[in-house]
Amino acid sequence: MLKIKNKFNTERDISGCGLCGIINAKKVKTNGSDIKKAISVEHDRGNGLGGGFAVYGNYPDYADLYAFHIMYDNLSAKSDVEDYLRNNFIVEKEEHIPTFKTSKIFDHPYLHRYFIKPKSDRQDKLFHELEDDDFVVNSVMLINQNYDGAYVFSSGKNMGAFKGVGYPEDIADFYRLEEIEGYMWTAHNRFPTNTPGWWGGAHPFTLLDWSIVHNGEISSYGINKRYLEMYKYNMALRTDTEVITYILDLLIRKHKIPVRLALTVLASPFYQKIDKMENDKKKLYTALRQVYGSALLNGPFAIVFGYSGGMVAMNDRIKLRPLVAASNGDFTYVASEEAAIRAVCQSPDMIWSPKAGEPVMVEFNDIKEKTSLKGGLLSL
Amino acid sequence: MMTIDASGMHYKELNRLIREGIANGVKKFFIENVNGQYYIGDGIKGDDVVININGTPGNDLGAFMDGPTLTVNNNAQDNVGNTMNAGKIIINGDAGDVVGYGMRGGRIFIRGNAGYRVGIHMKGYNEQLPVIMIGGKVGSFFAEYMAGGVIVLLGLEDDDSDELDIDYFASGMHGGTIFIRKKIDFSKFSNEAELYEIDDKDADFLKEYLTDFANSFNISIEEIYKKPFYKIVPSSARPYAHLYTSA
Repeated sequence: MLKIKNKFNTERDISGCGLCGIINAKKVKTNGSDIKKAISVEHDRGNGLGGGFAVYGNYPDYADLYAFHIMYDNLSAKSDVEDYLRNNFIVEKEEHIPTFKTSKIFDHPYLHRYFIKPKSDRQDKLFHELEDDDFVVNSVMLINQNYDGAYVFSSGKNMGAFKGVGYPEDIADFYRLEEIEGYMWTAHNRFPTNTPGWWGGAHPFTLLDWSIVHNGEISSYGINKRYLEMYKYNMALRTDTEVITYILDLLIRKHKIPVRLALTVLASPFYQKIDKMENDKKKLYTALRQVYGSALLNGPFAIVFGYSGGMVAMNDRIKLRPLVAASNGDFTYVASEEAAIRAVCQSPDMIWSPKAGEPVMVEFNDIKEKTSLKGGLLSL
Repeated sequence: MMTIDASGMHYKELNRLIREGIANGVKKFFIENVNGQYYIGDGIKGDDVVININGTPGNDLGAFMDGPTLTVNNNAQDNVGNTMNAGKIIINGDAGDVVGYGMRGGRIFIRGNAGYRVGIHMKGYNEQLPVIMIGGKVGSFFAEYMAGGVIVLLGLEDDDSDELDIDYFASGMHGGTIFIRKKIDFSKFSNEAELYEIDDKDADFLKEYLTDFANSFNISIEEIYKKPFYKIVPSSARPYAHLYTSA
C-alpha cells in the first residue's frame, strides 16, 4: 500500500519545476482544459513525481462550507479521522473525489472529500472559543500530525486542491478536471529537490483558502519553521513550500496585514533600497523587516499564490527563477515559460516579465471595490 | 530549403530533423508553430545554415551553436545563446533571462528588451569576439563577471535621464567592453570598471555592428546615432589580484 505519511530520508537532486496560473477578474468560469494544456507545455520541467492544481469557484453549491479533501493510506485511518470530524463538525456531504484511473495514474491513496462546518458545541469550547477558521486550521494541523495515514490536502471554501504523484497532465485526467469549472486555476509540475515525491508533497499546498505553487528552494526554511511553530503551525510535510502557505495565513488572516504589504515581508526590499525611501515609507519597511525578519524568504523562488480575493505571482528579490505574465481582457495568465501562456492565449493584449520581488497582483473585481474604500496602509 | 511544422512536436524530434537536414546539405530552414521547444539549434555547425523560427522557442536556444544564423520572429525565452561559439541569433521581440551566458563568439541581436543576467561570464579569446546588442532595456546583474567580448545596450525607447534603473550592473567585470547611450554615474554601480567617452577606434568598431543591427531590424541608423555613445571598461584586468596578498 502506498504510504502517504512522509517518512523518507532527504536527498538532493537538481531543480526544475514549472508553474502556471489563470484568473478571470470578473469570475467567469472555465473548465480545467486550459490550465492542463498550459502546464503540459512545461512537461519537461518536472519528472513525474508530482503534479497538482488548485481551483477556485468549483463548489458553488457548498460555498459556505469548508471543503476538506483528505487522502488516506488505509480504511482504518479513514474511520479514525471520520470519528474526529463527526465529533467536531456538521458533515453536510461526503463522497469519493471523482477520479478516472488511467494507465499513468493507477496507484493512489483513498481520496475523499467532506463538506463540513464546525459544530457550535464542539470540543474546544470547553477550554476556549476559537473562530471557525482557527478551529479548522487546528483541525488540519491535528489530523496531519496525529492521524497516521491521513492527510488533509485542501480545506478552503468554494475551492479545492487536486494533486498527486505523476505529471500534471496525467493528474488532470485522473481528477477529471475537464468536468470542473472555476474562475481561478493554478498548476504545478514538480521536480522534487530536497524531499521525495509523494502524494502529500505535490503542490499546491493549501490551508483554508490559501494555495501555493512554488518553483525554487526556500533556504530560510529552518528560521521560518521555528517562527511559525511559535504560532502553533505544524510543519508536517517536511517541505519548504508549506511554510509559505502558513506565513501568508499568519500575516494576512491573523495579523490582518494587507496582501501587498505581506508580500514585501516575504520578498523584502534590501536595506540599501529602504534607505533611499521617503520617510514614512522607510519607517514602515524598516518596521516590517524588524518585526517579521523571521518570515523573510531566502533563496530562489517563483510562487503563484491563490486566495479568495485573487491571485498573486512573484519572484525572489534577485530573480533566480523564471516568471512570465500576460493579460488578455479580464484574464491574467502567469507561468514559468511564455510558451505555456501562448498555448492557451496565442496573442495576449500584453505579455511581460515581472521584475524581481515585484508581485503581479490580480484582485477579483467584486473584491477590488471593497478594498479600494479602505485606503490606509494599502496606499503606500 | 526545408519547412518543419513543429506544432505539438517534442524538442528531441525537432532537433533530430534539423540535424538530419543539415547533414543532408539543407541550408535554409523554416520552422513553423514553434512553442516552447527547448535547445533549438544547439551545437549545430555550418556558417551558411539559416534557420527561421516562427513562434516562441524554448529555453537554451542556440546553446553551443557554432556558425549558423537563427532568426526568431517573436519573443525568445531564457538562456539564449548559452556558451555559443560562433554564428548569429536575431530576435525580433524580447528575450528572457541569462542571454549569452559564458558566450565566447558570434553575435546576438535583440530588438526589444532582455531579462536579468545578460552576458554574464561572457569571454573573448584571440580572434573570438562575442557581441550582444540589445535594442531595449535589460534587468539587473547585467554583464556580471564579464571577462571579454562586447555588449551594446541601446535603450532605444528610453527617456533622456542619466539613470539606469538596474542593480549590480557589471559587478565583477574584468574584461571586455560595454557600450551605452547614457552618461551615467558609473561609480554608483561598481568601482571595478569605469565609464569613458568613446574614441575613434571605438566609433569605427561600433559602426560596423550598428549598421548590421539596424539592417537586421529595419531601424534607421540615424535614430541610433541620435545620442552619443559611452563605454565601460574594467579598471584592471585583475581587480582581485591583491585581495589576499600585498602588492
